[in-house]
Amino acid sequence: MNLEFSAEDNAFRAEVRAFLEESYPKDIAAKQAAGEELGRDDYLRWHQILASKGWSVTNWPVEYGGTGWTPTQKYIWQQETARIDALQLISFGVSMVGPVIYTFGTPEQKAKHLPGIREGTVWWCQGYSEPGSGSDLASLRTKAVREGDHYILNGQKTWTTMAQHADWGFFLCRTDPDAKKQEGISFILADMRTKGIEVRPIILLDGAHEVNDVFLEDVKVPVENRVYEENKGWTVAKFLLAHERSGIAGVARSKRGVDKIRQIAGTEFADDGGKLINEPNFRRKIAELEIDLTALEYTELRSLAGENAGKGPGPETSILKIKGTEIQQRITELALEAVGHYGAPYFRGFPNDGDNAHPIGPDYAQQAAPRYFNVRKTSIYGGSNEIQRNIIAKMVLGL
Amino acid sequence: MDFDFTEEQTMLRDMVASYLTDNYSFESRQAVIKSGAGHRASVWKSFAEELGILGASFSEEQGGLGGGVIENLVVMEEFGKALVTENYLGAVVAAGGFIRHSGWKGGDALAQSIVSGAAIPAFAYAEPQGRYNWADIKTSAKKDGANYVVNGHKAVVAGGPDATHLIVTVRTGGGQRDADGISVLLVDKKAKGVVTRDYPTVDGASASEVYFENVQVPAENLIGAEGKALPLIERVIDELTVAAMAEANGVMDKLNSLTKEYTKGRKQFGQPIAEFQVLQHRMVDMFINLQQSISMTYMAAMKVTSDDAAERSKAVSSAKVQVAKALKFVGENAIQLHGGMGMTEEMAVSHYFKRASLLRFLYGGEDHHIVRYEALSFGKA
Repeated sequence: MNLEFSAEDNAFRAEVRAFLEESYPKDIAAKQAAGEELGRDDYLRWHQILASKGWSVTNWPVEYGGTGWTPTQKYIWQQETARIDALQLISFGVSMVGPVIYTFGTPEQKAKHLPGIREGTVWWCQGYSEPGSGSDLASLRTKAVREGDHYILNGQKTWTTMAQHADWGFFLCRTDPDAKKQEGISFILADMRTKGIEVRPIILLDGAHEVNDVFLEDVKVPVENRVYEENKGWTVAKFLLAHERSGIAGVARSKRGVDKIRQIAGTEFADDGGKLINEPNFRRKIAELEIDLTALEYTELRSLAGENAGKGPGPETSILKIKGTEIQQRITELALEAVGHYGAPYFRGFPNDGDNAHPIGPDYAQQAAPRYFNVRKTSIYGGSNEIQRNIIAKMVLGL
Repeated sequence: MDFDFTEEQTMLRDMVASYLTDNYSFESRQAVIKSGAGHRASVWKSFAEELGILGASFSEEQGGLGGGVIENLVVMEEFGKALVTENYLGAVVAAGGFIRHSGWKGGDALAQSIVSGAAIPAFAYAEPQGRYNWADIKTSAKKDGANYVVNGHKAVVAGGPDATHLIVTVRTGGGQRDADGISVLLVDKKAKGVVTRDYPTVDGASASEVYFENVQVPAENLIGAEGKALPLIERVIDELTVAAMAEANGVMDKLNSLTKEYTKGRKQFGQPIAEFQVLQHRMVDMFINLQQSISMTYMAAMKVTSDDAAERSKAVSSAKVQVAKALKFVGENAIQLHGGMGMTEEMAVSHYFKRASLLRFLYGGEDHHIVRYEALSFGKA
């Protein structure tokens, strides 16, 4: 057991840092600093820069374009990208459907889809949840009926993140209405431009358009778009959920978040006129947060070490999901608490473009409330934290 | 960076575990405790001769195996699982820490007799008024020719009844809570003027109140520099805290497995109570608490060897905050999920809970350590 970085690791860190400083687009960094919303082009441009370096799919096997990094190198990569707050690649391609395709797909499917995911030219979205199927995902009702060489899809998907930007989607559909619920499901890829697919925005509590309803009406999809066997889609779905959970800890990003809280609390005043960071109650909250984050960090490192020893991401990664999302939520909560009165003003659509009036409140206060509102989602999505506990109870504890 | 145990460390673990399975069953432990002893000479002899574990963390020149903090962690995890009451913390971890970090001339000789099982030191650091402030020391040592003359009262000295020596923190100068003026002495327990009151502790072990009445201690028994020993003491207590956390993880591991087995077997409302989701989620949270504690203990074990005192102490204190909270959560919920049976003396779970409750506060609980962490992480408010 040791925590030393080898000379190779330190050289790797220097290489990563130099690359990021050189290559991360200044205009995107400026937009992020100003709290502006980022578009499809911003994400894909950064993805393509990474792809040209060969670093876009760090979690993939080398034969499909992965980097072959050690867990320590991946850890360094996470730290360094978080340090500059680099955009995170949209996970639906690189972390979800990509691994599904190289694990379960046909040679044709691999050849057709993996390059676009790797190179950042194709945007994917995830058609899992339905209005009546959230945590009980296997109760889904969207149908795919075989007609010759095609499936005809009918139904409604919801909470489909960034579907407004998507080129392709992966959908769980019921292909055998008579089978027991997990057994009649198939995993089907669809071009989002196919006739009969309609994407409608859902506006969230922070005012943002992040998720959508996706309506499927007589959508005709070739049979070769089905990944893995017919009616075996649940196997694929479970595999994907495990991959979705790994990396969800977000340790490096959360460390950055804690640093930000320290900065804000070093600027804001407490009731006694001293700095907020010296106010015992607030300081205690930061200290507890830091300690919990350290515990998460070392739990993730142990888990990575296990993966390196040949164990894939197992059900214990549910711990990382639960603790990681709780910490993300506490960070935004502390930011909102720290900014005091200036958590209240609502800036979406205000001030109007071209309005040069004096800004309202400090910069760091502007996104505090929307972020706090928005990250409530993290303990709900990707299998709610209650479902994660069910997974640990069943898969790890054997209850 | 790696989190693996070496082959030798894994062998050490397997050997200790297998010895304890064969010789330290819950029933035999309880029989010994009922007879009033927290220490079995035969067990200690086996530790020294059959297993050789008393030397695991000592250098080869001292007759040991050349290990250190990680070897102590491995031993203590297994001790926690079997609720070992013998005082490895004081005799090996504390004494070994003082020998390693002080440069004391008598260190090699003491180490050799610890490894052979002949010397069993106990660590006398607490005082009735001092709480967890290791600098709050009234016990005095005044130089008189070739000796120090020690007077004072040390509180709740773990392993005191069976100790051969006492490692005592004393004041050789300064005021009651000054950082300066603190020294460490090795005192032969048989020395004239050492008076002990021995008693059992609630976890089945034993301890002593130790009174020093004009005890003459040879000046060569001074461990570390006179008057400047506080950093040394803090370093050793940081190492002790790591070892205690390892023991805590062993204790919690058993609390969790006992609870799981019990709830699978206990039926109410026509089904095993382990099938109720509210209990499943509780047990998941107990499991997560343990995993987070293991992670923090490993982190602290790797950082406690740092020469940067602030980094070392911050790591240990952050870990102890986590482990102390986990001991409360896991311990209390283990009893709760056992229902009335958890309240009985008959069930092992209650004994693990008692040890967990003392480990939570040993060397300072979550409040002590979060204040220490804050001072190191933010500076003084």
